[in-house]
Amino acid sequence: MSVAFLIEQLLNGAQFGVMLFLMAAGLTLVFGVMGLINLAHGSLFMLGAFFCSWIAGITGSFWLGLGGGFLAAAAAGALIEILVIRRLYDRDHLDQVLATFALILIFSELVRWVFGDQPLYLDIPPLLSGALPLPGGGGYPVYRLAIILAGLATALGLYLLIAKTRLGMRIRAGESDREMIGALGVDIRTLYTAVFALGAALAGFAGGMVGALQSVQVGMGEPVLILAFVVIVIGGIGSVKGALIGSVLVGLTDTLGRVFLPQAFKLVLPPSEATAVGSALASVAIYLLMAVILAWRPKGLFPVNA
Amino acid sequence: MPGFLTALRSREGAVNAVLAGLLLAAPLVAFVIDEPFYISLATRVAILALAGVGLNLALGYGGMVSFGHAAFFGLGGYVAGIAAFHAFDGSDFITWPLTLGGTDQLLIIWPLTILVVAVVAFAIGAISLRTSGVYFIMITLAFAQMIYYLAISIPTYGGEDGLAIYLRNQLPLGDSNDPLTFFFVCYGLLLLAIFVSSRLVASPFGVALQCARMNEVRLATMGIAPFPVKLTAFVISGIITGIAGTLFADLNGFVGPSMLSWHRSGEIMIFVILGGVGRLFGPLAGAALFILLESLIGGMTDRWQLFLGAILLGVVLFARGGLIGLLAGRARHD
Repeated sequence: MSVAFLIEQLLNGAQFGVMLFLMAAGLTLVFGVMGLINLAHGSLFMLGAFFCSWIAGITGSFWLGLGGGFLAAAAAGALIEILVIRRLYDRDHLDQVLATFALILIFSELVRWVFGDQPLYLDIPPLLSGALPLPGGGGYPVYRLAIILAGLATALGLYLLIAKTRLGMRIRAGESDREMIGALGVDIRTLYTAVFALGAALAGFAGGMVGALQSVQVGMGEPVLILAFVVIVIGGIGSVKGALIGSVLVGLTDTLGRVFLPQAFKLVLPPSEATAVGSALASVAIYLLMAVILAWRPKGLFPVNA
Repeated sequence: MPGFLTALRSREGAVNAVLAGLLLAAPLVAFVIDEPFYISLATRVAILALAGVGLNLALGYGGMVSFGHAAFFGLGGYVAGIAAFHAFDGSDFITWPLTLGGTDQLLIIWPLTILVVAVVAFAIGAISLRTSGVYFIMITLAFAQMIYYLAISIPTYGGEDGLAIYLRNQLPLGDSNDPLTFFFVCYGLLLLAIFVSSRLVASPFGVALQCARMNEVRLATMGIAPFPVKLTAFVISGIITGIAGTLFADLNGFVGPSMLSWHRSGEIMIFVILGGVGRLFGPLAGAALFILLESLIGGMTDRWQLFLGAILLGVVLFARGGLIGLLAGRARHD
């Protein structure tokens, strides 16, 4: 096992983690500010990917597609917030889970209707194609590095937005006391719509970027959604910092587990069994991680309002 | 006789009796006019309602919003599937420390399911119940996903493709391959589960459970620790859903990871909510309505999920209390 291989896997884990962060940040903001569980967040991710590859296919420009996916997801987010989500804030979690589950069914079928049953494909833009050499030989795709950088930049931007701007101040105020900020004259309904659209836009952005790595199809958002939930539960629901640390933890655990667990078991078991046991354990590694963390700290690593 | 019989005199009791009667009548009519498809449809309703009755105990009465009941449903299915798989090719399930072969006897498979699901539900519940609220929803979901991916990664039992059950598992009296007989078995188990639920809910244990839903601190002040009560209810709830899983696998002659998927958990939850949370016959009403809508709209358009989603959304937003709530009014506390 060479150094280059190790670095490559670490970068893969980081790329996966950063992508999860873009999803998890929206989820955790929406939960933190509005107290809402949004299962349809994965659908917004899917919408971003579809609009990105559709627009890129028409215009021939990946960048226009990425922007389009971002805006389409934000618009869809604002729309469902006004039509549906708004009515769910004062309901219990059960109603929220169910209503947003219904939204998943609706979105999936609508997307299938509009874009057809065949998966779409999106090419990596020429600017970001190719590979950077790694120390010890081999190379790493520039595009994946770009995703890592874009994700980190988004995390920084989000931090600045929440810590330094007026909107961020209102978001933080909304997290700690909803009635009070309303009483102080802040238009809480618009704030909620803005936060929801922001989360949706981040999901759409992630979807657009991932669209160039995998086929764009209906249902692509759901595995990511569940992992994003694992992330925010590990990090502490409502905490953006927790979401960042949780996503890197989950991304690394998943990627490294898949690569190294089968190899580790080969030291003690015959190869065929080692592969079976190792990959079985690798596929549940993140859920084990979550169970252990929750058994240890029932409100996640960075509990909000604790 | 609290609950089951006295309830028959109330409006909800009448609604319940009509529901149970309709489900019994449907396959009989289908048998007479020789439409076997509708017998299997009614059997599906009975089985999925049974799964819902299980979840209702945890969710409706205990306030534990489990988003992972597909784990128990699928486990039950896999117990039936794996037992039949080994019985079919004569191989052994394990050879150490004792030799265990397969079986195609439902009377062995059911206790086995109860055992397996009870152990798993106890482990999942013991960890999950340390958390509450949205954390509980998510951790139960995570455990179910864990079992889903485990099932996919075991190639012996079909991995992603699942296992076919070539011959339906057998009963000592009666032929389980006969659609009508199999329906009666499922229907009988459904009524039994509802009866057991009604007795449980009316018992001191059930009162403590509902108390735990409303106010844990107050329950603890009364000298009853909430955790064991909730854990017991969670395990019983899992077992009922697990039995539904074995029946479902036998009905379809197939068990696969789809029985464990989180869509399945959501679906079981939909039955409970569509019918009415914490109503004895709610899961039956919900499952029947869901399956009817699915086959009705599915017959008219390929886009049935769109309409199903819209109807579901409408129910959540505007018809709180579900179908039973709509037909029989608000829940009575007597």
